[in-house]
Amino acid sequence: MIDSETKDLNNEIETLREDCLRPTRRWSTITILWVTFLVLVAGWGLGVYIYQLRHGLGVTAMRNYVSWGLYISTFVFFIGISHSGTLVSAILRITKQEWRRPITRSAELLTFVSLLFGGIMPIIDLGRPDRILNLVVHGRIQSPLIWDVICIMTYFTGSTVFLFLPMIPDLALCRDRLTDTKSLFGKFKKWLYTTLAMGWHGSSEQWHMLEKCMKIMTIIIIPIAVSVHTVVSYIFAMTLRAGWDSTVFGPYFVAGALYSGSAGVILGMAAFRKLYHLEKYITPRHFNLMGQIVLALTLIYAYLNLNEYWIPAYKMATTEGALLGDLFWGPYSKVFWVLQFGTVLLPIFVMSLPVGRKILPLSITCIIIVIGAWVKRYIIVVPTLLHPFMPIQEVPADWATYFPNWVEWSVTMACLAGIFLVITLFSKLFPMMAVWEVAEGIELDRDKKNAFELRKKREDGLLKNEGVATSKI
Amino acid sequence: MFENEKNSRLKFLKLSLVLGGTVAAGSLGFKRLLTKEEALKDAPICGGAYGANTMVFTTDGKVYKADPSKLHEVKMPPVSNDEARKGIPGKKFVMVIDLAKCDGCKKCTEACQAMHYTESEREWIKVFKMKGSKDTAPYYFPKPCFHCDNPPCTKVCPVNATFKRQDGIVLIDNERCIGCRSCMVACPYSTRFFNWSHPEQTPEVANAVYSPEQSYPRRMGTVEKCDFCPDMLRQGKMPACVTGCPMDVIYMGDQNEDAVTNGSGVTVKLSQLLEDNAAYRHLEELGTDPRVYYLPPKNRKYPTPSLNEKSGEGIEKKIKMDDMKM
Repeated sequence: MIDSETKDLNNEIETLREDCLRPTRRWSTITILWVTFLVLVAGWGLGVYIYQLRHGLGVTAMRNYVSWGLYISTFVFFIGISHSGTLVSAILRITKQEWRRPITRSAELLTFVSLLFGGIMPIIDLGRPDRILNLVVHGRIQSPLIWDVICIMTYFTGSTVFLFLPMIPDLALCRDRLTDTKSLFGKFKKWLYTTLAMGWHGSSEQWHMLEKCMKIMTIIIIPIAVSVHTVVSYIFAMTLRAGWDSTVFGPYFVAGALYSGSAGVILGMAAFRKLYHLEKYITPRHFNLMGQIVLALTLIYAYLNLNEYWIPAYKMATTEGALLGDLFWGPYSKVFWVLQFGTVLLPIFVMSLPVGRKILPLSITCIIIVIGAWVKRYIIVVPTLLHPFMPIQEVPADWATYFPNWVEWSVTMACLAGIFLVITLFSKLFPMMAVWEVAEGIELDRDKKNAFELRKKREDGLLKNEGVATSKI
Repeated sequence: MFENEKNSRLKFLKLSLVLGGTVAAGSLGFKRLLTKEEALKDAPICGGAYGANTMVFTTDGKVYKADPSKLHEVKMPPVSNDEARKGIPGKKFVMVIDLAKCDGCKKCTEACQAMHYTESEREWIKVFKMKGSKDTAPYYFPKPCFHCDNPPCTKVCPVNATFKRQDGIVLIDNERCIGCRSCMVACPYSTRFFNWSHPEQTPEVANAVYSPEQSYPRRMGTVEKCDFCPDMLRQGKMPACVTGCPMDVIYMGDQNEDAVTNGSGVTVKLSQLLEDNAAYRHLEELGTDPRVYYLPPKNRKYPTPSLNEKSGEGIEKKIKMDDMKM
């Protein structure tokens, strides 16, 4: 009886392992085309960036009034998306949510990649990237920009470790099950897996160590993540400018980050589920639960939005009033109201309904949320810069307006392509689900079921003081 | 990639003196006196063919032989970068702008642009047409950098490229600036300008030795702004906008001496001037503590500025005029 169950369990775990390793074994034509496309977009952007380096930031649409534009908006957006990994992975780990197991890896990966490119955006925006070492040589701890550098580097290091640690047993699995070791690429993979697995052989000592490290990382990554988006907001909130001079900016940015980041996780879940045939593991239940989380976060974000706009709108003080006029009924009003109703209130309504948390409607809602979050960053950055305290008088026409030009779009899209490229390559090299964690989940389920049956039998009086061993991991 | 700043540096290691002998070395206070033979024997050759016979001293006291045809004279900044960051000892510079006298001729802007070789749309001192609200009087409002005592710009600079000196002046070191533009978004007065592209400047200006006190040569990817002409102040002269103003609108002086002087050379007591005219500072409520005072545009000596009311030009609803006690 027990034997056949163990066999079943082993079979199930074996299927799981194969399901997870399959995408890493061969490249389909579509994958190759997709990667080629991404490389082309990224390459074009790189070329345009070199052009920008040669001729200066003057090739962008930025001028003296709007001196921060699409680059800085995208920086804030990417850093926001990076909050996904921490949220889903760390918070769900710490609260022992069993259903998190199949989705942690993709969430952590999303954090890692969006931070990588988020961190690059301000460097792209620098007038003198050749002097970047001045940040170290002449760094001033009083500057919010230095807080950003410190917090983002810490978060990047932390989330890299956080992504890597639970990958170790899976890397060992990849190493042990690598079939193609003859081709050049096969040899590279063998070297890669062997190096990264760091001699993992699954001894109890190693498991103990891994669990301990994970516990520590889970706890410290949460405050680090919160600090990151808080100080990102501080580069705006520490100025006197209308629209930015707000005490609610820290939590407002953190909430906005969590809302867009968790929506990003759902999109990742949906994509990998479909592309890598993980329907068995990532189920509608996961979407339902994640949908509830995004709903909760959207509600918090909506609440902070209300505070951010309603309080100054009641007063309509001078410069702030003029800025709000632009947003409420001026040139930015269409975008502003579409953002408020379309990407905040509508998602709340949709996700409140059980049918709205089904896979397709939820994915569409999350696409809307993610794009909305990006545009919202732009609406936070640009209109404020067009509302200085001194009137804009007798200046060249291009100083008084702003819309990103082809240079900024090219470079920004290249960074987006870079994000997709790293995710794609990662998923072609490593399992996109934490195999051992899901296996552990299956075993725990089985244990729970056994224990339940055992108790039932005992209650039924079928078993009397009989010692029964349950399978331990 | 970034212009020829390296070249100009190499071009002559900041050669300040072209000397034929060593006598001057002693009088300039170099630590060690060299005989002509001694110097010629050991001096490395630079910038010319072998057998060059002119000797040059660098600012750090080294001796080089060089081909005279390859040498050109360079104007040295009055003080070193370290000194430029400290400021002029014992001074506390202050500016007073008398709005009652300003007729909006923009001669101050022109003089400033000539002195700093600035492009025409970059007005370090800009003359605004102001009107507080529909029913208040329009007036001209020249606005330089306010050199605030609580400067929002220097606070946010990540690399200390813009700094506050002990003489009250806020300057930028464009050899250190990384071009993040945090200071530009932090400044509530839109005082700062960015070199978005390769700056247009004559070779003479481009090859000048840089000092934060003179703000040129300008460099791509760095920030610039009104500097209160500290190179002039160091020589005891007035900034370009002060001398350039035909209406004697602008006064410049030292708060420690309690005296300010206008373009005609008339010196008045600062505290008396501020007291008698009920001076104010622009946007006082921001708490930036500007070093520029305004005398209200009362009993104006010029026709009121023409304002295009329809387009709202000049009517700045955004600006609080509560601080104008007229």
